[in-house]
Amino acid sequence: MKATNENISPKKPASTQKDEVVIHAKGIKVGFVDNEVLKNITFDLKRGENMVVLGKSGSGKSVTIQCIVGLLKPDAGDLTVFGENVAEMNDDELKQLRMKIGFLFQSGALYDSMTVRENLEFPLTRVLKLNDQQEIDKRVEEVLDGVGLLDAIDKLPSDLSGGMRKRVGLARTLIVKPEIMLYDEPTTGLDPITSREISELILNMQKKYKTSSIIITHDMECARITADRIVVMDDGEYIAEGSYKELQKSDNKIVKSFFSETI
Amino acid sequence: MAEQAITGWRKWAEDIGEQCVFFARFFRNIFAGGFEWSEFVRQCYEIGYRSMMLVGITSFIMGLVLIVQLRPSIVALGAESMLPKTLAVSFIREIGPVITAIICAGKIASSIGAELGSMKVNEQIDAMEVSGANPLQYLVVTRILATSLMVPLLAVIGDVIGLFGGFLALNITDSISLPLYFHKCIASLDFSDFLPAVVKTIFFGFAIGFVGCYKGYHSNKGTESVGIAANSAVVTASLWIFVIDAIAVQITSLLFYK
Ligand SMILES: Nc1ncnc2c1ncn2[C@@H]1O[C@H](COP(=O)(O)OP(=O)(O)OP(=O)(O)O)[C@@H](O)[C@H]1O
Ligand SMILES: [Mg+2]
Repeated sequence: MKATNENISPKKPASTQKDEVVIHAKGIKVGFVDNEVLKNITFDLKRGENMVVLGKSGSGKSVTIQCIVGLLKPDAGDLTVFGENVAEMNDDELKQLRMKIGFLFQSGALYDSMTVRENLEFPLTRVLKLNDQQEIDKRVEEVLDGVGLLDAIDKLPSDLSGGMRKRVGLARTLIVKPEIMLYDEPTTGLDPITSREISELILNMQKKYKTSSIIITHDMECARITADRIVVMDDGEYIAEGSYKELQKSDNKIVKSFFSETI
Repeated sequence: MAEQAITGWRKWAEDIGEQCVFFARFFRNIFAGGFEWSEFVRQCYEIGYRSMMLVGITSFIMGLVLIVQLRPSIVALGAESMLPKTLAVSFIREIGPVITAIICAGKIASSIGAELGSMKVNEQIDAMEVSGANPLQYLVVTRILATSLMVPLLAVIGDVIGLFGGFLALNITDSISLPLYFHKCIASLDFSDFLPAVVKTIFFGFAIGFVGCYKGYHSNKGTESVGIAANSAVVTASLWIFVIDAIAVQITSLLFYK
């Protein structure tokens, strides 16, 4: 009898559950020599959700996402990604985790001794260990077309403009189809048209691949387009949370200052 | 004062510790599988081929100058025919390897330090690490192995060119045929002159690659740290070359020169 009961209500595997939490952070603290950068960061990121983080320069936004990929270790608090504690991972586990996370650096961080094509091939050959050249070429061209830079394929990063570099950086992270994307200021330094295109690209990624994203930005347009939920960060803590519409009505001075330009 | 000294010592000790860890990680990554052959070959080309001219010119001049400088004293001793032998022994044992290594410290250690330093500053190393690739294997292992292989090769080439420089200088005053000159040089050389010299250049090469990579890989984030990394790579690598040379001479004299 017992067996049939189990057959009637089979448990779904964790990865298809709807409200599955992919990143869980609780009471994260990070300090450097003599300043405490993160004081108490707590949030959950659900599968397929876009969370936008707003906050003034130096408030610790980049530090937060560096903790998620294990570049920095929190001094205190719990940080689990896909249910596993990042701080306790060994090198191999960390590598496995990083393969599922895309990280767009504030600067783009292109490898400047390699052409755009080689930059994009790098994660395919070194991380996914693909060796079918046709497949590699196809994926490189597809993703580069997606960011509108197919004709820059054989250029070196030094021959690209800042915005182009950022788009190539974005392409390089998207090429491995990560489950979680961490964007560090994806639109800063870009013109309004390209910014909007990038924002829409982020949105498309979310729809197409069910990626969960954390998007750090100062660009309210980008926040409006991409956010399911926005958190506002100040002095190492989250001070407000809600949808774009909710936060627009907030009375908090800092929150107001972000939304004031966009009436 | 005392406090400053203590923090200074502590930093120094921490640095040594970090270097040991870096060395262990380098060593583990050699055998980790997935050796980056194409990058290794590219580095060998960059490091070896592009330094050849410089090493050649300096060695040539050193050989030439040494003969000119040695000549009067040797002639005064009435041992003119010993000139090729004197040059060959001093060049192969000591001057060739050290000159080559110092030149390479200046050219290679600094460029590795600056390259990896700027990759660190521009977050390229972080980006590689975060993508799940192995920056140590791709950037560090290839460079250190390439210097360990290429510096000995450059030293051998430098030796030959240096001896040739000596031949030209000798030919200005005494006429000696090239075959006879090289015959005299080689006849005066022993296995115990050649082998320790080559072995020590392997260590020189390793030190150059290791120091360059370590300084670059551990540079701070900030544009001025690229310069600091390059500069301290040259200084530290040069120092290491002399330390290794001092140790090597002790060992060789114990083993060979009794
Ligand atoms: N590796 C580090 N070592 C020491 N201090 C650091 C380090 N990384 C960041 N910090 C400090 O942490 C604070 C927060 O930095 P962070 O880069 O997270 O700011 P941010 O919110 O991303 O700002 P921005 O919008 O300008 O990028 C800064 O005061 C910075 O000096
Ligand atoms: Mg930042």
